[in-house]
Amino acid sequence: MADHAVVADDEVDLSRRKFLTRATIATGAVGAAFAAVPFIESWSPSERARAQGVPTEVDLTKIEPGQMVTPVWRRSPIYVVRRTPEMVARIAGHDAELKDPGSHSSDQPEYAQNTLRSRTEEFLVLVGTCTHLGCLPKQRFAQGELYPSWPGGFFCPCHGSRFDLAGRVFNGSPASINLRVPPYSYPNPSTLLVGVDEKGAA
Amino acid sequence: MAVKTATGAPAPLPADAAAAPAKKGFWAWLNKRLPVDEFITTQMTGYLAPKNFNIWYFFGSLALAVLVLQLLSGIYLTMFYKVGETTSFDSVEYIMREVSYGWLIRYLHSTGASAFFIVVYLHMYRALLYGSYRPPRELLWLIGMLVYLALMAEAFMGYVLPWGNMSFWGAQVIVNLFGTIPGIGPGLVEWIRGDYGIADATLNRFYALHVALIPLGLLLLVVLHLTALHQVGSNNPDGVEIKEKVGPDGKPLDGIPFHPYYTVKDVFGLGVFAVLFALVVFFVPTLGGLFLESPNFEPANPLSTPEHIAPVWYFTPYYAMLRAVPDQRLGALLMLFAVSAFLFLPWLDGSPVKSIRYKGWMSRTALAVFTVSFVALGYLGLQPAEGLYVVLARIFTIFYFLFFLLMPFYTRLDPVKPVPERVTYHAH
Repeated sequence: MADHAVVADDEVDLSRRKFLTRATIATGAVGAAFAAVPFIESWSPSERARAQGVPTEVDLTKIEPGQMVTPVWRRSPIYVVRRTPEMVARIAGHDAELKDPGSHSSDQPEYAQNTLRSRTEEFLVLVGTCTHLGCLPKQRFAQGELYPSWPGGFFCPCHGSRFDLAGRVFNGSPASINLRVPPYSYPNPSTLLVGVDEKGAA
Repeated sequence: MAVKTATGAPAPLPADAAAAPAKKGFWAWLNKRLPVDEFITTQMTGYLAPKNFNIWYFFGSLALAVLVLQLLSGIYLTMFYKVGETTSFDSVEYIMREVSYGWLIRYLHSTGASAFFIVVYLHMYRALLYGSYRPPRELLWLIGMLVYLALMAEAFMGYVLPWGNMSFWGAQVIVNLFGTIPGIGPGLVEWIRGDYGIADATLNRFYALHVALIPLGLLLLVVLHLTALHQVGSNNPDGVEIKEKVGPDGKPLDGIPFHPYYTVKDVFGLGVFAVLFALVVFFVPTLGGLFLESPNFEPANPLSTPEHIAPVWYFTPYYAMLRAVPDQRLGALLMLFAVSAFLFLPWLDGSPVKSIRYKGWMSRTALAVFTVSFVALGYLGLQPAEGLYVVLARIFTIFYFLFFLLMPFYTRLDPVKPVPERVTYHAH
């Protein structure tokens, strides 16, 4: 018992103490980082939210030419427009007024990266939330509805973004990219399935 | 006891620890275990504040009073409010129509939110006027700015809880701002929402943040703000450091004890404020759509955007800037800069004087232009984003930023006036 050394204050091995302190802090920090993972992960969409994000089926035979229907997929309205040949004709001729006419910096599946931004000429399928800050653009399909040279399209009432009948954004809009195109496919000619394509479900 | 207040002479401290006779009984028992006496003598009766405070110095204590009001009315609202996509809106209507005095508690809380921003904006403006952000008060200013940021988060999430249509679309727009961050944006937005859109999960977590996490953070920040204030001492309308002119007792000649002098003054200010506050609560609780917007009296509808989306008035200056930029990423970035520009004030201001009283025409003009710009942007943010409104918003946004960007130059070139040795004070 008596040979237990009593170390005086000035004999403390400070470098050893410093090392142990730092090692403890470092280990504790790693532990804290791991402990934070479940709390951070808990905010991700739950299994229920994911299960409710399944593809949405749309019966195309119930859409009149020139009409738009808005089914919901993953809590966003989906704009499905049955374009008439006359409406399709109005998509051409204003490329110079568009921010991204070729949809190079916009968000769409490969099969929709074309002038009409769709798989077929007739049906336009868009995510109906403005790419600016998520309001719902309103349909302004008639020619000249907003101003004399307006070729028809969508207008967002929140911040004034304008899109043509292919969902391409006009210059001067606060939105920078074209309206998004969701993955979609046609299991048969009269049915549209939003949320799933050849690559599988989104 | 000779307390000469009329001349402004410092009164003898009533509870000078050294001179006071040893206390007995419960008080002594208590103080041996909890430093109540010490706290009062160091932070209240012994905290010497400049004797020349004016009307601008009411707003700090008023902000504290509104914080208490919000905590109390908020806790009572949680007793009746039911968070949830299908229950939130109905429970707010239940509070308004069926809970005894529920309407009053709710209007106290909603009016309190706007009142909070009014007093905080005036409190911040006081700092701009008298250079209260200048050394040695930089950290005090920074902590205050964190209080302001926490308050913005608190107000935004509180606005979502009634689950009216403006709640929903306001949340949609604000949460989507995070989507403009390159790379991580879309994933971050999904993480914040906890779903593919603003949903029950979003509402539920905003509720938790609004009633627990952010209020706790706010309280902590307020304690830090006051501690830092009492460490460096209050500034005053002359921007003269009272600690530099001390009497033989080592105490500032121009300092008077916070209690009773300023506690009494602040209670008077609180009385005036309470009258104005009650007028709004009882007669115009929505204040014509400024304090409570009419689309929010409709339930949230994810398939119908209100014709015209505008945040509550206290966010509109920044909102006007966001809309003035024809690019969402730049707009969001500009908004971020506009809010965070205040953080840099202590290092932007190079003037040899602190107070606007002794600054020259350049600083005065700059502050006047900034004031007009901020108010104008606040107005423009409430208007539709079209035509002349957007052009004006762009012009005022430029002026807003010039105030900060040019500050290092005009504050140094400015012909300043001589600063007095001691604070200017006239007995009433």
